[in-house]
Amino acid sequence: MVRLLLARLGQSVVTLLIASVVIFVGVRLLPGDPALAMAGEEATPERVAAIRAELGLDDSLLVQYLHFLGQVLSGDLGESTRTGTPVTTLLGSTLPVTLWLSLYAIVVAVVVGIALGVVAERFRGRWPEWLANAAALTSLSVPNFWLGMLAILWLCIGLGLFPASGYVELGQDPLAWALHLTLPALVLGTGLAAVIMRQTRASMIEAMGSDYVRTARATGLPKGRVLLRYGLRNSLVVVVTIAGLQLGGLISGAVVTEQIFALPGFGKLTLDAVFTRDYPVIQAVVLVTTLGYVLVNLAVDVLYTVVNPRIRVGGRSS
Amino acid sequence: MQQAADPTTRSAPTGTPDGAPLLAVRGLEISYGARPVVHGVDLEVRRGERVAIVGQSGSGKSTLVAALLDLLPGAGRVTAGEVRLDGELLTGDGGARVRAARGRRIGLVPQDPATNLNPTMRIGEQVADALRADGVRGPALRRRVTELLAEAGIPDPERRARQYPHEFSGGMRQRVLIARALAREPELLVADEPTSALDVTVQRRILDHLQTLVEARGTALLLVTHDLGVAADRADRVVVMLEGRVVEQGAPEQVLRDPQHEYTRRLVAAAPGLSVRRRPAAAADRPAEEPAASAHAGRPAARGDDVVVVEELVKEFHVRGSRERVRAVDGVSFTVARGTTTALVGESGSGKTTVSRILLGLERATSGVALVEGTDLASCTRAERRVARRRVQPVFQDPYGSLDPTHTVERLVDEPLRVLRIGDAAARRRRVAELLDQVALPRDVLHRRPGELSGGQRQRVAIARALAPEPSVLLCDEAVSALDVLVQEQVLDLLGDLQRDLGVSCLFITHDLAVVRQIADNVVVLRRGRLEESGGVDDVFLAPRADYTRELLGAIPGAAVLS
Repeated sequence: MVRLLLARLGQSVVTLLIASVVIFVGVRLLPGDPALAMAGEEATPERVAAIRAELGLDDSLLVQYLHFLGQVLSGDLGESTRTGTPVTTLLGSTLPVTLWLSLYAIVVAVVVGIALGVVAERFRGRWPEWLANAAALTSLSVPNFWLGMLAILWLCIGLGLFPASGYVELGQDPLAWALHLTLPALVLGTGLAAVIMRQTRASMIEAMGSDYVRTARATGLPKGRVLLRYGLRNSLVVVVTIAGLQLGGLISGAVVTEQIFALPGFGKLTLDAVFTRDYPVIQAVVLVTTLGYVLVNLAVDVLYTVVNPRIRVGGRSS
Repeated sequence: MQQAADPTTRSAPTGTPDGAPLLAVRGLEISYGARPVVHGVDLEVRRGERVAIVGQSGSGKSTLVAALLDLLPGAGRVTAGEVRLDGELLTGDGGARVRAARGRRIGLVPQDPATNLNPTMRIGEQVADALRADGVRGPALRRRVTELLAEAGIPDPERRARQYPHEFSGGMRQRVLIARALAREPELLVADEPTSALDVTVQRRILDHLQTLVEARGTALLLVTHDLGVAADRADRVVVMLEGRVVEQGAPEQVLRDPQHEYTRRLVAAAPGLSVRRRPAAAADRPAEEPAASAHAGRPAARGDDVVVVEELVKEFHVRGSRERVRAVDGVSFTVARGTTTALVGESGSGKTTVSRILLGLERATSGVALVEGTDLASCTRAERRVARRRVQPVFQDPYGSLDPTHTVERLVDEPLRVLRIGDAAARRRRVAELLDQVALPRDVLHRRPGELSGGQRQRVAIARALAPEPSVLLCDEAVSALDVLVQEQVLDLLGDLQRDLGVSCLFITHDLAVVRQIADNVVVLRRGRLEESGGVDDVFLAPRADYTRELLGAIPGAAVLS
């Protein structure tokens, strides 16, 4: 178990290194010149050249990369070429917003998805299943931004249940914080919820038709116990795998959702940085996203060994 | 053959101490959708009595048992009749009465120990679940779980209760399932093919144990099995089912010695463990001076002409994630003489399949020799291998798994000819037709696919396919193990006929000693990769030298009843 984890950690480090190369080169392949963007349209070539020298853009790519890597490893992500603010400061203010939003969305998706999946299995061929299926298909087909706009229109402006935009720090006012995040989290989580619902339903149907469930019923166990401990527990093995693969989509979904609800998060930072060719910020943003991806996958792997005892004890047989 | 009210159905032996039967099934009819599968079955089990239901697949025996517990799958439902437990009606009532009786009054030991335990739950918890349903809690619960596991014959029960099913062997899992079924002390225990998936020696130990437990508790037992031998050994009364009807019942000796219904007669005659029948034209029956002619190999057979030679064969496997090595095959030597059948016998883990994979060139031996017609498939050149591959052809256990379901029979049988470039299209077509004749399949199966054939027909296709390149050796790996006993008999007869007509040699790999007696000339007994004993089939059966062979022979079900 510990060995498995260490091996996965090692793989993650390699993944991050490769990612850093791709990020570094990718950013430099973007059309446009940061020196030109900083100097403005009217600048003289001398001024642009001076800025280039100042930013180290005249060095070879390898030197620039090693310089970049060294800085990252020492925790220095550089400064925004646009505002001069340290990138770490920018991340510090925006990352929590996105993390809270994603976490909230995951919780919503897992709770709603699994509950609807179980309901759909319990009432196969009857109206609750049709309803759950229809809901899943709808939320998979409707794009986030459209759902977000509808939600703002009806629930915020029409009914006034939630604030339409903005963000309040958790420490400042927990209730306002929750209210501001609820709608974005619901919008962001629906797609994932739909995937989880469909997977739960399919796995539940398989598990409930299995021999061990039949035997559990023959032993006279209470229905709820059979459904949850025998049916759902075994379905989770598949659900966790599929859900883990989908979590990446959540990060890109967050960019769009933050835009709609005007949340001062990571997504907004990313967009602004791309538009202004703010190399240090873009690099940092992509690097942090990659790190998030790797960590999520690591967490899924760990969770997978928890839900699947056959992996936990390494397939040792008696 | 389908007599609804069968005159030959004997009444059960009388003399019940307490009159009313524990379980009474009257006129039970069961359908899957619109298709009736069980037609008016009457069945009684008295307190403490052991009753066995025998029948081949499709006879409705498992359906009947599922109906008793209201566990019919899918569209299955009871359409008429009633089930009473101790006089109390169980059927009807939307299944509420059956649900209340499940586990508490009727316990179920299911068929396949591999799939009947929850893979994500500790063993102890699964047994505890049964007890919790009766309100047992706290330290008493843990104590009782340990007790039950110990009673079921699980060593070190306290530690093993914390393990998961995948850490248990098949036999141990079945013991857990027995412990769980008996946990609530039901009056009736239903065991649906409880040992069919297990090795024969394990089967005997488990059935012995089950019998002891049931007798100690005075629990009635309803045992469902396809194996007439098992039924005869274990039951006070045998009930024979055919196509959803009870065709005969009575005491085991009575049914076995003097079967009344034609189907039972055939079943008794075909059951390998019950008869000492030898196939008529086996090579061993020929005088020793005249070894089998090797017709299509085209060379004169000399004495000592061995088609397969295995000498000091060793195969080691690496254990994943450690430097340990496991010897799956450990210094095994034997030969197959031309035109004869050698049986390679052993239980799971004996290394018999590894030997066959090495002979087929699918696996490379660690050391030792494995020759087919003098060629080692693993070490020869590519050109030699092309020739050598034709000489040994496999027939596997599961004809459905080993035949591509999307291909027609014609394409399946033609494939080896095409791959090995034997003959032009017209010649191949003639050969396919000839092969179908040889395995006694009608020509009209040519354009059908495996899914449209019965299990026996599929195995005939697999044999035709194996015969196509005119091999000198057929390597039959559990080739009849998945077939019902009557079909099994037909396929064994076919293999015997083919050997007589074509002179083809056969290496017959099986866990079933009873079948060996029927088909083999020589026997090689393997255990944990080592050779235990080898010799002529009669020598090994009548005067076994190794203790393990004796144990195997003693475990053949049904032998005791007739001897």
